[in-house]
Amino acid sequence: MGMRILGFIAVFVTGALLTYGVADFPKWGDPHSPANAGEVSTYFIQNTKADTHVPNIVTAVLADYRGYDTMFETVVIFIAGVAIMAILRVLATIPPGHQPVQYDPRKKIAYDPIISVTCRLIVPVIQLFALYVVAHGHHSPGGGFQGGVILGASFILIAITSNLRSALRRFSEKRFIFIACAGALIYSGFGLTTLLFGRNFLDYGVLSKIMFDTDEVMARSHSMLGVEIGVMLTVTAIMFAIYANLSSRGALRGGL
Amino acid sequence: MREFFESYIVPYFNFWVYVILMMIGMFAMITKNNLIKKLIGMSIFQTAIILFYVSLGVKDGATIPIYFHEHKEESHAEGTSEDAHHKEEESSHESVGPGILTDAERKQAHLEAGDHTPHGEAAGHAVNPDEFTNPLPHVLMLTAIVVGVATLGVALAVCQLIYREFGTLEESEILTQIKQSNHG
Repeated sequence: MGMRILGFIAVFVTGALLTYGVADFPKWGDPHSPANAGEVSTYFIQNTKADTHVPNIVTAVLADYRGYDTMFETVVIFIAGVAIMAILRVLATIPPGHQPVQYDPRKKIAYDPIISVTCRLIVPVIQLFALYVVAHGHHSPGGGFQGGVILGASFILIAITSNLRSALRRFSEKRFIFIACAGALIYSGFGLTTLLFGRNFLDYGVLSKIMFDTDEVMARSHSMLGVEIGVMLTVTAIMFAIYANLSSRGALRGGL
Repeated sequence: MREFFESYIVPYFNFWVYVILMMIGMFAMITKNNLIKKLIGMSIFQTAIILFYVSLGVKDGATIPIYFHEHKEESHAEGTSEDAHHKEEESSHESVGPGILTDAERKQAHLEAGDHTPHGEAAGHAVNPDEFTNPLPHVLMLTAIVVGVATLGVALAVCQLIYREFGTLEESEILTQIKQSNHG
């Protein structure tokens, strides 16, 4: 009870300070607020097309101007997946008395034809849409993270509607670890290739030398697609790895 | 009261919402006894910050930060009656919102803004920054969401480990168990 009052006082004081500062913020939708009229965002809006040929400014900023940020973001996702596997997966096999509960999936979950057939029909559409979101990320809202999450969700849908085993049959542990590594390596591989041509890390323009029929600007656009595919692979694999490990308490058997 | 409402609440609505959401999340993180409820509070806190950033990037009358595709040149080249109809449709569409300007309007707005960047001119396509919402908060929050997912996943894994070890997720019970094992 005392904790609750103390917490309320702390929250009230912080909230009061924050609301006191609210009046100093720019008004809603003000195009000339410091954040909106700042040099950086103005530069991005005015020069993205000339610099990269990518209509979607968010994708261009994400994959090119702030390429380092996104690369290590992918690494963060990768490390999170590895950490979850290290926390849950390894320990699940150690204690002999602590046998994880083994469900018989057919007994535990009643087979429902409606759910099963709907899932079977909808999963290919979801996966196709995920690939569209990645491939069309230059021209419409989308990109590697979003497409990867959708693709990972399609595998999670299989695991929820039937059982974890049939999802793992399509996307086994060995495979998702391999794909997660491959995605991070594709991204850093683009950076390394630019280094080999004597440019800065992730300075894609020079890749026009090894790409067919492109100039420096178009090479940036194409490299962004490659980088986004790397992001998608890592995100897909790690999303499914997180679900598979959490739902089966690291045993990768039974599951929900 | 009405004056206060119109001058302090309405123009800063997004900031009020973010403060309230953030305090709800912080209160849950501080006072809740259950670890999962603490995690829910942390997620609410993160969502409040995402809302704060994205709402900072809003501009009145601006559209999403994706350039328009230029198919006007193509329609100029053909010039059939069907095409004229199409153009008419397009121009009526153009007058709808300030986000979609004609070339002349765009040039005018650019001149009024008074910035002549060599890059935009070289591309033959002057871009008025007031036409597009600020892309930078979107990019930053895209990565923040990813970090949120990663931290939430790891936190849930740690919670499962704690549950396996102590048989409970209540913080007070875990603390008494730790104290007992330290004494004994």
